[in-house]
Amino acid sequence: MTTFIALLRDYTFQTVALGSALLGLISGVMGSFAVLRKQSLLGDGVSHSALPGVVMAFILLGNKNTEILLLGALVSGLLATFFIISIVRNSRVKFDSALALVMSVFFGLGLVLLTYVQKIPNSNQAGLNRFIFGQAATLLKRDIMLMAICGSVLLALILLFWKEFKLFTFDSDFAQSLGFSTKKLNLMLSFMIVVAIIIGLQTVGVILMSAMLISPAVAARQWTNKLWVMVLLSSIFGAASGVVGTAASSMVSKLPTGPAIVVCISTIVMVSVLFAPGRGILHRLYRRKRNKLLFKMEGGAPNVPSA
Amino acid sequence: MSPQLEIQLIAVIVAVACALPGVFLVLRRMSMMSDSITHTILLGIVLGFFVTHDLSSPLLIVGAALMGVVTVWLTEMLSRTRLLAEDAAIGIVFPLLFSIAIILISRFAGSIHLDTDSVLLGELAFAPFDRMVIGGVDIGAKSIYITGVLLLINLTAIIIFFKELKVATFDPMLAAVLGFTPALVHYGLMTLVSLTAVGAFQAVGSILVVAFMVGPPVTAYLLTDDLKQMLLLSGLLGAVNGILGYQTAALLDVSIAGSMAVVTGIVFLLVFIFAPHRGLVSSLLRKRNQRIQFAKINLLLHLHNHEGTDEEASESGINDIQTHLRWDTVFTKNILERLREENCIRFDDGVVKLTDQGRKTSVDNYKIFFSEF
Amino acid sequence: MNNNATSYAVEVEDLTVAYDMKPVLWDIDLKIPKGKLMAVVGPNGAGKTTLIKAMLGLLTPVSGAVHFTNESEDLRAFKNRIGYVPQSGSVDWDFPATVQDVVLMGCYGKLGWVKRPRKADMALAQQMLKKVGMLEYATRQISQLSGGQQQRVFLARALVQEADVYFMDEPFKGVDAQTEKAIVLLLKELKENGKTVVVVHHDLQTVADYFDWVTLINLCVVASGPVNEVFHEENLKKTYRSTGGLLRSVV
Repeated sequence: MTTFIALLRDYTFQTVALGSALLGLISGVMGSFAVLRKQSLLGDGVSHSALPGVVMAFILLGNKNTEILLLGALVSGLLATFFIISIVRNSRVKFDSALALVMSVFFGLGLVLLTYVQKIPNSNQAGLNRFIFGQAATLLKRDIMLMAICGSVLLALILLFWKEFKLFTFDSDFAQSLGFSTKKLNLMLSFMIVVAIIIGLQTVGVILMSAMLISPAVAARQWTNKLWVMVLLSSIFGAASGVVGTAASSMVSKLPTGPAIVVCISTIVMVSVLFAPGRGILHRLYRRKRNKLLFKMEGGAPNVPSA
Repeated sequence: MSPQLEIQLIAVIVAVACALPGVFLVLRRMSMMSDSITHTILLGIVLGFFVTHDLSSPLLIVGAALMGVVTVWLTEMLSRTRLLAEDAAIGIVFPLLFSIAIILISRFAGSIHLDTDSVLLGELAFAPFDRMVIGGVDIGAKSIYITGVLLLINLTAIIIFFKELKVATFDPMLAAVLGFTPALVHYGLMTLVSLTAVGAFQAVGSILVVAFMVGPPVTAYLLTDDLKQMLLLSGLLGAVNGILGYQTAALLDVSIAGSMAVVTGIVFLLVFIFAPHRGLVSSLLRKRNQRIQFAKINLLLHLHNHEGTDEEASESGINDIQTHLRWDTVFTKNILERLREENCIRFDDGVVKLTDQGRKTSVDNYKIFFSEF
Repeated sequence: MNNNATSYAVEVEDLTVAYDMKPVLWDIDLKIPKGKLMAVVGPNGAGKTTLIKAMLGLLTPVSGAVHFTNESEDLRAFKNRIGYVPQSGSVDWDFPATVQDVVLMGCYGKLGWVKRPRKADMALAQQMLKKVGMLEYATRQISQLSGGQQQRVFLARALVQEADVYFMDEPFKGVDAQTEKAIVLLLKELKENGKTVVVVHHDLQTVADYFDWVTLINLCVVASGPVNEVFHEENLKKTYRSTGGLLRSVV
């Protein structure tokens, strides 16, 4: 217990925990929309594709500031998204193949650039690797500021265009028939999702980022039938697993932060899928059994239980 | 054999071995499953190591391949609850298994000398250092034999079960009716994919295995319609990518696997743009021709519809047509000129009239489009 | 000609629509008079849904145009005069929303960007839910609805739009007899209030009972006009071609 309290007072822990919580919160909110739009795997694609952008930004600008590197990541993530969409639109290649191809090729390019950088004399490239696996421990105060600013902008946009995003995600044709520009909405929402992915890279890395985007939303979906509750719950789940994962990795030696956070959020998913009232698997099994019983006792059709 | 030659040989074998099962992954729309499997085999390797305490044990490969199949099974279990979409299920299962693997490696780093970097990113350049020695005689790099066996397994399986794979990919229902048990074919294929991923990761790293599994088949998909040709072409493209990738890497002194992936991407891009029938250029050209063809039919039909009616003068006047059809002036002129050359229309006092030839063509077009349904 | 124009709710002029350069509608000319209940009838793949989507501006035509009576107004105001009931299969019914949420979406067009629904909008939504007989389901999750109930929800959403012209894509698809009756009553009521309703319909048996105007299409317009003038065997044969045997039982 005393170690725990000491931990809470620890400055590094505060910084990292705050960063992870922010990341969980942001990706929880944006992930809800990604999942409802059936774009879950786009997160995986964009995060892998961000690698060459990170290294390229370093090569071109010779600067290791997080903002610069993330800007590079953003550009290459968007470029990859553009490639995926154009391939699907202009050929018979399906979305999943285009996604797998583009993200692995981009990742390969990232590796090529990384090995290239290592050969440049006097270029202190150490630290670029952290984007592959993520290193929450390297989070600095200014990184947190960056995350907080981006996060606030994203949240403000979501609040402002809540009605439009909800309508567009549910029924885009109807949105267009009402006179809303679905092109603009699509562009805006996709861009916001990509931004959310990019700011998470430093903490959990390109490989695990997709889980941060999908898992909180999927877990939250099981507990509620209202969009705003889902988004709220999703952000809480994301933030909570960020903090718990960070705490666990600080207290247990040799426990990396990113994977700890992912295990945390995955546990929440499993609990939700199994135990959520109404939708959960256990509740469904129980209902099926009760209906069978009713069927036997009354010898007729069971009453469909109302929710 | 020189190390350079050995490396290229391994690159070619790996690329071909990956491309073959990849063809079916692409056609079954399961490309992202390969991404998932290539990550989770790491857990299989770690668990296998706990059992055998030997990083070169063949049991590791079995464990990893098994973990690949478990991944597929878990993902399908999760999506079958209908509580989440299938893509979301993929995106939840593999990061979890991967995280567990990373945690195990970090916790027991003292006892596992397993470098995550080398598993994920691979380093082909080191492959020739690991020699296969039998009875004191060096008979080449170990990787050549491992990947060679892998290629052999893939080739044999695909040749023997070609018919089953084809039916189950094209129409699972039909396969089920014919008694081929699509689930068996499915898991068989997934076992092949896992095995391939495991065998290939030491050489190229698990993330880039995806590029070799998906890249050549997708490229071949734009070049042919025939499944056998697609398999052959994929293998060929894989081999070419491997050699070109190595040469580029040697030239620039960068990661070999990464450069192979980049070459795969570039080759795809070239085919995507310039492929004979399905390429971007030829489809744009075709669209342009179609647009003209289409406008000619459209105009004839328009004239035919209004022929002899009261509005004919206002609908079919030379200058009215473009306002009615919302075409621009140049395009309208072009179409009118072409139709007149083909003797389908004539200009009569500022009004466009159908000739007998034009009327007949219009009716014929109409019939053709009707009979399509 | 000009004073005639005001009596048409929608005018379609030389409309050609293509998907991927494959033509789906050829040179459609269509005038829909105000205050009519019109059925769009034709075989599968004849372009019924495409026609509706093109009229709503959801698709860009290759050539031709669609005119509404109040065209001079700006886009938003004019879109607010159009109501749309899509096919119920076109959305994900597992979306986390309640019946009331979905119905409320009908007023989003009037609200425009950013503004939120107010109490008056809520009241309107409640009223329309009552009209389609779904008031007691207002707080239900939409995944718990039957096919007929889903259709009623979409209908209520369109009613909230308070439009002049309604486009409905197969509202009778997969609904129970009771819902079908309720929908027909609603359609008649809309007509009595001077609204124009365009309905994609596939049940030939009921065309004469439900509608007073009909358009037969199969890539082209085969015929369009009052049901009792246009809806006869010869035109139907032209529309459906080889399925003459089926038609004899209808007419």
